[in-house]
Amino acid sequence: MQVNVSKPETKMSFTNKQMNVADKVVPILLFLCAAVSILTTIGIVYTLFSETISFFKSVPIFDFIFGGKWSPLIEPKSFGIWPLLSGTFLITLIAILVAVPIGLASAIYLSEYAPERVRKIVKPVLEVLAGVPTIVYGYFALTFVTPLLKSIFPDMSVFNALSAGLVVGIMIIPMVSSLSEDAMSAVPKSLRHGAYALGATRFEVALKIVVPAAFSGIVSSAVLAFSRAIGETMIVSVAAGSTPNLTLNPLESIQTMTAYIVQVSLGDTPHGSVEYGTIFAVGLTLFIITFLLNILALYVARRFREEY
Amino acid sequence: MTMFQDANRKQISNRRKTDLVLHLLFIVATSIGIVALMALLISIMMDGLSRLNWDLFTNYPSRLASKAGMKSAVVGSIYMVLIMAPISFILGVGAAIYLEEYAKKNAITRFIQLNISTLAGVPSIVYGILGLTIFVRGMALERSLLSGSLTMTLLVLPIIIVSAQEAIRAVPRARRDASFALGATKWQTVARSVLPSSISGILTGVILALSRAIGETAPLVMIGALTFVAFLPESIMDQFTVMPIQIFNWVSRPQVAFHELAAAGIIVLLAMLILMNISAIILRNKYQKNV
Repeated sequence: MQVNVSKPETKMSFTNKQMNVADKVVPILLFLCAAVSILTTIGIVYTLFSETISFFKSVPIFDFIFGGKWSPLIEPKSFGIWPLLSGTFLITLIAILVAVPIGLASAIYLSEYAPERVRKIVKPVLEVLAGVPTIVYGYFALTFVTPLLKSIFPDMSVFNALSAGLVVGIMIIPMVSSLSEDAMSAVPKSLRHGAYALGATRFEVALKIVVPAAFSGIVSSAVLAFSRAIGETMIVSVAAGSTPNLTLNPLESIQTMTAYIVQVSLGDTPHGSVEYGTIFAVGLTLFIITFLLNILALYVARRFREEY
Repeated sequence: MTMFQDANRKQISNRRKTDLVLHLLFIVATSIGIVALMALLISIMMDGLSRLNWDLFTNYPSRLASKAGMKSAVVGSIYMVLIMAPISFILGVGAAIYLEEYAKKNAITRFIQLNISTLAGVPSIVYGILGLTIFVRGMALERSLLSGSLTMTLLVLPIIIVSAQEAIRAVPRARRDASFALGATKWQTVARSVLPSSISGILTGVILALSRAIGETAPLVMIGALTFVAFLPESIMDQFTVMPIQIFNWVSRPQVAFHELAAAGIIVLLAMLILMNISAIILRNKYQKNV
């Protein structure tokens, strides 16, 4: 009798042992999958910093940060980042001037005015704008927007900041509109009802109740859109030109940081040369700026969120 | 008294007018985005439809616009996605399961989570720099299909992790409890209860992430995917090109004939993206019914 009882028990403990192995090994494997993301970050930071430091051994860091001329590929070489920075910010400024007003107005319309039926169709359609590949926007900027602008500004160069900036702006509209709309929809209905009961119009409710209550979400969406515009590569490579130009004239050809990196990697720059090092120095600058902006967006969204 | 009423009435009608004007303004602003999308699609159709024929799929790139096709690019894009899919699925879903089911709520977990959301905001070209240094040079994989696929895997991994986490989180607590009550271990619960109930949501996220990878150009320019490939890659160590790179190359040429080719290429690329998105939507609808 006793043998019969103990037999299934030993079998049970055997299967448990197998289970234990799976339950010990699997978490470790899964943790390793999660660790890939940490390794990616370490890889990015290490790569950019180590190559940039060796770049600064041949080019003084002072020249890089304060120099006003960027011509690393043509003699006499100079390595001042400012023309690339000004190009990048010119594009971003135009893009933000397009995307923030339009995105915010769309968000207010969708969240406060539009009937549910309209909202259900329009919101996904706007989000399609974010899913279009950037090279497609590049084509659109060069072959559609630029000729259109050229009929208004005849002496504009074929490659110019305005056309690329406008199209980058269109691309980031859904970032502003969707994220802001989410923030506005999260504002409790009772707040709106309170204002309506006091006789407010819909615009007054939107401007004085909903927008202030959702302000952290709106600002955070704008900052994210800003960061996205800075990192945008293909539109500016195709339509904005490749002339590092310290200018704020949107009708001129310029070059952004991202477009410079693409230009160098399209040519055959020898590995280990100073020109090759510029990719990393410019890449690091780009990475630091976008990283700070992303952290700022996270911080704004959390720190200034109104809790109801 | 009447004066007060008149002033009051006037003020109300002014406020109503403001509301109406801004209502119209908001509608106009919203339609700008939609009009831009329409203009983009229509202009590409008008430029590209005439060049959209079988030659585009059967011919290799050529210096003559009339003979050029994108066979190697279409095949390259498909190969890249086929290599990426299993790697990014395993790594992404593994990380999501770890974070949702296993990770303790401590500083390390919070750090990993924060790290994933910051990685999602890193410009794609920075991933290209990473791939160039780590895969192309560091591991000496050269400018191969494998280098490109691994670089793109790292790029889409944050998207896959976040969407898989959401799918796993949507599985009701009760299903796990039922499994534990039957004596299942943690891993048995995850593998036989949580994953089957969330798999369509997870796959939706993976497909959307892969469609992002198909349209991505900058990182592959960085790691040196070629712009003139007159052969099909035969192994993962071969050189390759993809559709967006081919389109970029055609757009960059001054001749209008090449721009038309680029537009035709864009139509093919967009068709592929629409196909992937439709399958993702079908999966998502199925998933919403299940849970």
